Amino acid sequence: MSRYSAWSILAQGLRGNRGWRRAWREPDPKSAYDVVIVGGGGHGLATAYYLAKEHGLRNVAVVEKGWLGGGNTGRNTTIVRSNYMIEGNTRFYERSLKLWEGLSRDLNFNVMFSQRGQYTLSHSPAQMDAARRRANVMRANGIDAELLDREAVARHLPYVDTSASARFPVHGAVLQRRAGTARHDAVAWGFARGADRLGVDIIQQCEVVGFLHDGDRVVGVDTTRGPIRAGKVGIAVAGHTGHLAAKAGLRLPIETHLLQAFVSEPLKPMVDTVIAFGGAHFYISQSDKGGLVFGGDLDGYNSYAQRGGLPVVAHTMASAKALIPSISRLKVLRHWAGAMDMTMDGSPIIARTPIEGLYLNGGWCYGGFKATPASGWCFAWTIAKDAPHEDNAAFTLDRFERGVQIDEKGAGPYPQAH
Amino acid sequence: MLRIPCPICGLRDETEFSYGGDASVKRPAMAETDPKAWMDYVFYRGNPRGRHLEYWHHVQGCRQWLVVERDTVSHVISGCRLAREVSP
Repeated sequence: MSRYSAWSILAQGLRGNRGWRRAWREPDPKSAYDVVIVGGGGHGLATAYYLAKEHGLRNVAVVEKGWLGGGNTGRNTTIVRSNYMIEGNTRFYERSLKLWEGLSRDLNFNVMFSQRGQYTLSHSPAQMDAARRRANVMRANGIDAELLDREAVARHLPYVDTSASARFPVHGAVLQRRAGTARHDAVAWGFARGADRLGVDIIQQCEVVGFLHDGDRVVGVDTTRGPIRAGKVGIAVAGHTGHLAAKAGLRLPIETHLLQAFVSEPLKPMVDTVIAFGGAHFYISQSDKGGLVFGGDLDGYNSYAQRGGLPVVAHTMASAKALIPSISRLKVLRHWAGAMDMTMDGSPIIARTPIEGLYLNGGWCYGGFKATPASGWCFAWTIAKDAPHEDNAAFTLDRFERGVQIDEKGAGPYPQAH
Repeated sequence: MLRIPCPICGLRDETEFSYGGDASVKRPAMAETDPKAWMDYVFYRGNPRGRHLEYWHHVQGCRQWLVVERDTVSHVISGCRLAREVSP
C-alpha cells in the first residue's frame, strides 16, 4: 500500500483522484491468532499497531462489533493534555503527549494534532493555591506548565468573562502550552491503517458474545462470525468493559455512566485554545470546521444508553454562558452521549487479569482519548511481555485490594464523583 | 429527565434526587474480618447492562432513601420502594 505524501496528493489530483485505494483490508477472520484484541476503537487499534511495530507480533486480529471508532473514540471532545499530579498518572500521560507529538509522522496519517494550549481556570484563592501546587508538581515532573494571573488570562482570552461581576470571577489559570486537540476519527483510522500495513487483521461487524476456555485459561473468543482461538485475548472496550468482562466471569471496580458532548453551529475562529472552566465542570474548544465543541459533567447514574438527559444539558449551557457570555445566542447543532467506564478511583486499568490469557485495558473514565497512543503502547507491552511497562505499572487491577488507588481528585470510591 | 415515582411524594423529577449507587451491594457484618468481603463491598460492582437496583435520596422532597429498579439501557423505571422497607 502506498505512503501518503504531498507528492501522492498532487499525482492523484492530476489523475482525477481515481487511484486512491482503501486504507485497510476487510479480511474474514482466521480460525486462530497469536493475539486477539476486542474493540476497534483508538485504544484497541493502537494496541494492535504497537504489538506489530514494537514487539513483532503480526498474527494479530482486532474484532469490533460495529465500525472503527464508532464508540467513545468518535464521541469525545478531542482534548489532549497531561496536566496530572499523582504518581502513576504523571509519567503515563506525559508519555502519551510525547507519542502524540510524533504520531502523524509515525503513522503517515494526519491526525490533525494541534498543540493550541489548554487553560484550566481558577475562581477562588483556594483554587489558585491548588493551581499553583499542580503547576509546580507538573514542572517538577518535567511537564510544561505556566501559572497565569487574571490580567494574563484576560489578555490571552478576551472573550472570557474575567470581570469582577462574573458569576465565578477568574483569579488565574494553569496553562499547558503543549496540550491541544486532535481529530478523533483520524486517530482510529490512522492506527487502523498502520496496523493493517503491518499485517494485522481488522474485522468489523463481529461482536464477541463469549470467551473460549481451556480449564481456567481463556483461549479465544466466540463471536457472531464464529469462534476465533487466540494465544492471548486483550479487552479494550471502555464503556462496556464490565459487561464484556462479566462474560469471562470477572467482576470489576467499574460502573458505566453517561457523559454528554455538544457541538454548536460553526463560527469564525474565536476560541483558538482549550479552556477548562473551574467554576463548574465544563470545557470548550473550537473545531477546525468552526463549531464550538464542549462538554460538562456526568449525568450521574449508571447507564449504557449513549443518550443523555436534559438537566445536564441545561447545566452545561449555563456554564458555557457564565464563561463566555457572547455565545449565549449560539445554536447547538448536535449533542450526544457516550458510555464511560468509571472506576472507583478515577484512574484506568491496563493489566493482566486473574484469568490466564486475558488482559484488560479499560476504566478510562472520561480521559481516554488523550491516553490513546500510550494506552496502546503500554497495553501492547503488557500483552507481549506478560508484565507491565513501568509507565503503566500502577494501573493494576489489584490496586484496590492493596489500598494503593490513584485518586487524582480525592473523591473516594464513588464513580459518579470522579 | 428521569421521573422517579416516590412512594411518599408521587412522580418527581430526577433533579430533586441525589444518586446513591448500586443497592444490591450488602455491607458485611461489623464482625467480618475477611478483607475480601470489605473490598467487594467498597469497590466491586455488578454494573449490569439492563435491570439495576439503585439508591436515590429524595433530598429536595421527603428526604427518604429509595430503592429504584431501573433499566440501564432504556432508563425505564419499573419499581420504587422506601429503602427501609426493603430487606437488606
